[in-house]
Amino acid sequence: MAEEPADTLLDIRNLRIEATVYPPGEKAHDIVIVDDVSLTLEKGRVLGLIGESGAGKSTIGLSAMGYGRGSIRLSGEVWLNGRDILKGGVRELRRLRGKEVTYVSQSAAASFNPAKRLMEQIVEAGLEHGVGTRKELEERAVRLFGELSLPDPETIGRRYPHQVSGGQLQRAMTVMALVPEPDLIIFDEPTTALDVTTQIDVLAAIKKAIRTTGVAAMYITHDLAVVAQVSDEIMVLRHGRKVERNTAENIISNPQEDYTRALVSVRSIEHEQKQPTASPVLTVRGISAAYGNKVQVLKDVSVEVHPGQTLAVVGESGSGKSTLARVITGLLPPSDGEIAFGERTLSRALEDRSKEDLRELQMIYQMADVAMNPRQTVGTIIGRPLEFYFGLRGKKKRARIQELLDEIEMGEGFIDRYPAELSGGQKQRVCIARALAAKPRLIICDEVTSALDPLVADGILKLLLRLQKAEDVAYLFITHDLATVKAIADSIAVMYQGSLVRYGPKNKVLAPPFDDYTDLLLSSVPEMEIGWLERVMANRKMESAGN
Amino acid sequence: MGPIFKLVAQRIALGLLLLLAVSVLIFVGTQILPGDVAQSILGQSATPQALANLREELGLNDPAHVRYFRWLGGILQGDLGTALSNGQEIGPQIARRLGNTLFLAFWAAVVAVPLAILLGLLAVRYRNRWPDKLISGITLASISLPEFFIGYVLIYFFAVKLRWFPSVATVYDSMSLLEKLNAIALPVAVLTLVVLAHMMRMTRAAILNVMQSAYIETAELKGLSAFNVISRHAFPNAISPIVNVVMINLAYLVVGVVVVEVIFVYPGMGQYLVDHVAKRDVPVVQATGLIFAGVYVGLNLVADIVAIVSNPRLRHPK
Amino acid sequence: MRLPLSALIGLVLTAGFFLMAIFAPWVAPYGMAEIVGDVWEPPSAAHLLGTDNIGRDLLSRMIYGGRTTIVIATLATVLSFSLGSFMGLTAAVIGGWVDQVMSRFVDLIMSIPTLIFALVVLSVMPVTLPVLILVMGLLDSTRVYRLSRAVAVDINVMDFVEAAKLRGEGRMWVIFREILPNALSPLVAEMGLRFIFAVLFLSTLSFLGLGVQPPASDWGGMVKENKDGIVFGIGAALWPAGAISALAISVNLVADWILNRTSDLKGGRGG
Repeated sequence: MAEEPADTLLDIRNLRIEATVYPPGEKAHDIVIVDDVSLTLEKGRVLGLIGESGAGKSTIGLSAMGYGRGSIRLSGEVWLNGRDILKGGVRELRRLRGKEVTYVSQSAAASFNPAKRLMEQIVEAGLEHGVGTRKELEERAVRLFGELSLPDPETIGRRYPHQVSGGQLQRAMTVMALVPEPDLIIFDEPTTALDVTTQIDVLAAIKKAIRTTGVAAMYITHDLAVVAQVSDEIMVLRHGRKVERNTAENIISNPQEDYTRALVSVRSIEHEQKQPTASPVLTVRGISAAYGNKVQVLKDVSVEVHPGQTLAVVGESGSGKSTLARVITGLLPPSDGEIAFGERTLSRALEDRSKEDLRELQMIYQMADVAMNPRQTVGTIIGRPLEFYFGLRGKKKRARIQELLDEIEMGEGFIDRYPAELSGGQKQRVCIARALAAKPRLIICDEVTSALDPLVADGILKLLLRLQKAEDVAYLFITHDLATVKAIADSIAVMYQGSLVRYGPKNKVLAPPFDDYTDLLLSSVPEMEIGWLERVMANRKMESAGN
Repeated sequence: MGPIFKLVAQRIALGLLLLLAVSVLIFVGTQILPGDVAQSILGQSATPQALANLREELGLNDPAHVRYFRWLGGILQGDLGTALSNGQEIGPQIARRLGNTLFLAFWAAVVAVPLAILLGLLAVRYRNRWPDKLISGITLASISLPEFFIGYVLIYFFAVKLRWFPSVATVYDSMSLLEKLNAIALPVAVLTLVVLAHMMRMTRAAILNVMQSAYIETAELKGLSAFNVISRHAFPNAISPIVNVVMINLAYLVVGVVVVEVIFVYPGMGQYLVDHVAKRDVPVVQATGLIFAGVYVGLNLVADIVAIVSNPRLRHPK
Repeated sequence: MRLPLSALIGLVLTAGFFLMAIFAPWVAPYGMAEIVGDVWEPPSAAHLLGTDNIGRDLLSRMIYGGRTTIVIATLATVLSFSLGSFMGLTAAVIGGWVDQVMSRFVDLIMSIPTLIFALVVLSVMPVTLPVLILVMGLLDSTRVYRLSRAVAVDINVMDFVEAAKLRGEGRMWVIFREILPNALSPLVAEMGLRFIFAVLFLSTLSFLGLGVQPPASDWGGMVKENKDGIVFGIGAALWPAGAISALAISVNLVADWILNRTSDLKGGRGG
């Protein structure tokens, strides 16, 4: 095309994406997912697409391959290598998929066929499109395995997907995308499902792969700090429309739109650390616990939570942090150790605890939508603890419910609604109100913000901090997200494989000298800063060379 | 192959144990009567002498567990006992009828299995469109139809009005295969219709489940042809659930045979069982019941073993 | 709430069948056992569906037969349903060895085809109505047990149930206020399916001559009485057989609607 600049690889014009949905019990109808989005991408460049869930970023990514999931329909123009692929027909699309454009998904574990060896799947696209002989492709794959630091590059291809770890599979999928030497790779949240310490390795591997091969890429994520590490340019999306597009640097340091500014400043909550008091509200002494009689998941853990303060328990999957919560609540009686609530020693098992013990210790869950009975109204959900613990009924109860709703910044008219009619953030607020209704001294918050979009999560954190001041309630805050920890904790406990590796006031825990694991964990959290990834990887290389 | 061999061996052992438990249950099932078998055979007006004789003859004076082990021991040696109604050995009678029943079930399976899988694929291909809706509508209707309704409607039209097939499915050894097939055409059709809908619906669900996997999308995004996506990626993972569907429905078919045999007066096991339930001929009922249950348990066992063997996680352990 | 056409048809027909069963003596033009004409008379103004194998009015007999079928099937369903769902919910909430023992026993019963097991038992039992209801209800309660246990186990591990337990709620509150409201719709739909199964099962037994005994008769028994006419081109047996199918389909339409309307308990998939 004459109008195309020579180095333009992808040019999406006025893309509109619609889908037919089939809600149970209702008539099928159409919804618009993406409306009037245009973007261009030059050869060898990386464009980050960022937005909350439902922003339509994944569907835009897949549209570059002319692909729509399920009933999705694409309209508009998608020009790739000088032709509009939406006009080309099925054969044309098949020729470009897996050859000119390849794809890396969020869950490599699900995206590899469980019945076939990795190598068989990795060379498949290249063979199909005649990019090279099997031998050539396999050699290229082995070389890439090595470059992306996969163990045993010569033999790992002979394994089946379930024989390889999640982080390794994600890198293997990147290799699969690279082997046919495409012009463009779509990365669709490739590190979202991984722990932070794994994420940084995969991120570094992806960045290295992009740089050494010179392939162009579209990098889709909800995490601005992550996308800032790999992208030249970033496009911000919301509700299926473009908000703004700029160089990565400008987006971070000089955002133009309010929405982008909010995304950049997320987690910049200022919270002054309080000093520990003489009498903790919760004391956990030497707790060990196991599931069944075999698997020990907690080893000799001791922590304290002080009145009106927040203890953050941080760790990756398998660290035992959620098990600690189960032990404290009495759902999983410990095999050893003691839990004291104020002056009283708590019974190990839930059944033996007094109503007063139960009332003073409340819990908020990660998934607000399954933490509320879908057949009960907001009024019933918040009202039950009032009735159960304080015997409130009728008008008094209703007045108190409304008071609590006001406290969580939800006004009139929610009292008779069902959970299904609320947004994600509202659901979590109702759960907070339910916990507050019991007038507890301690609330256990189990990953309460990790299922929410960053801005919504921010709102919840601010609310929790405000309520802590007003009600003088203590939090035991379980999370894998260090940014959250920095924002709200007074003291921090770092857990790794069931043990406490570091524990103390926030300023001490987050200040050097660090133990190895805390160092690894802290340095792995992406920061909203261009060049952060290079700096960390260079540091790590130096350290390992120094040893 | 280590762990998989172990799992299969375990499953077979479990199957045998289950069969043993089933034999106990069938035996107990014939003992739960308030009076006893002799009483119910001879009726209320029987003389005490006649009752005592019959009890002696049936060995009813021994305790239940002794009778059970005697019965089980006999079966394990191939002795199914003697029919009360005519005093004949049960074994040889069952052998011929079992052959006939399997012949009927086999041909029903030959028609129904490929047809169900084909239609299931079609429903997936045209999901949420009219062929799919039609198929699920027919399914809904056909699981509501009793076998004898389908049977007599087919007889009424194809045997009586059109005279294409006989209304009574008589087979004997001297018939040629073609003659036999003509004789069993209608029963096969009924059995096919009875299991078809079920099998189709389950096949549809199984294939949809595989087709919605992320690895199918991966294959599509590699630019593979629809045929290659299905043959290389969907098929290897769909075998096990489909075999499972087929086995469950074959088990269902074996039971459906009972009613169909009665409708068409077909000389098989089902007819034999029903006749002897009416005659209260307990030894025959126990033997045929055990064989039916054994086939049923066996087919379910095969389904489980196929699922174990085709699971890559078990075939290639970490 | 909008009612789809199929569900409306199902509801109307089901209601019609039940009303007919309740008011049988007032609706039926003739008595059940009354011989009013010749053998297998064709349909006429006096006998809308003709007469049966010994000259009784087929329509009247159908109405009375429907009553028998529906009453027995309903009682068997009530038995299987209340027993099965109670045991299933209990097993799910108590768990542990109680659950293990009950579930393995149900597995064992279900490893024998229901019809075969029923035939084995009926070979020694007197075939009376209470025995029929008991055998059908007990055998079928295994299926209700499995479903209600599975549904309850799923709900029991959800966070809102845990939240109730942490609050200190008793077992009865957990079962009746947290679990049951969420398990109700699949269970109600299952009740419809169990009823259909009971109708088909009873009809099959009667057709085989092992269900309702003469002179009383249900639809399955009427098929048996009139089946010999088929080979002479007399379709009398098709009427009761068709009635069974119609009843089963109507209830199925309703059950299907209930199931579809409420299959979104856990909310739609995001994305």
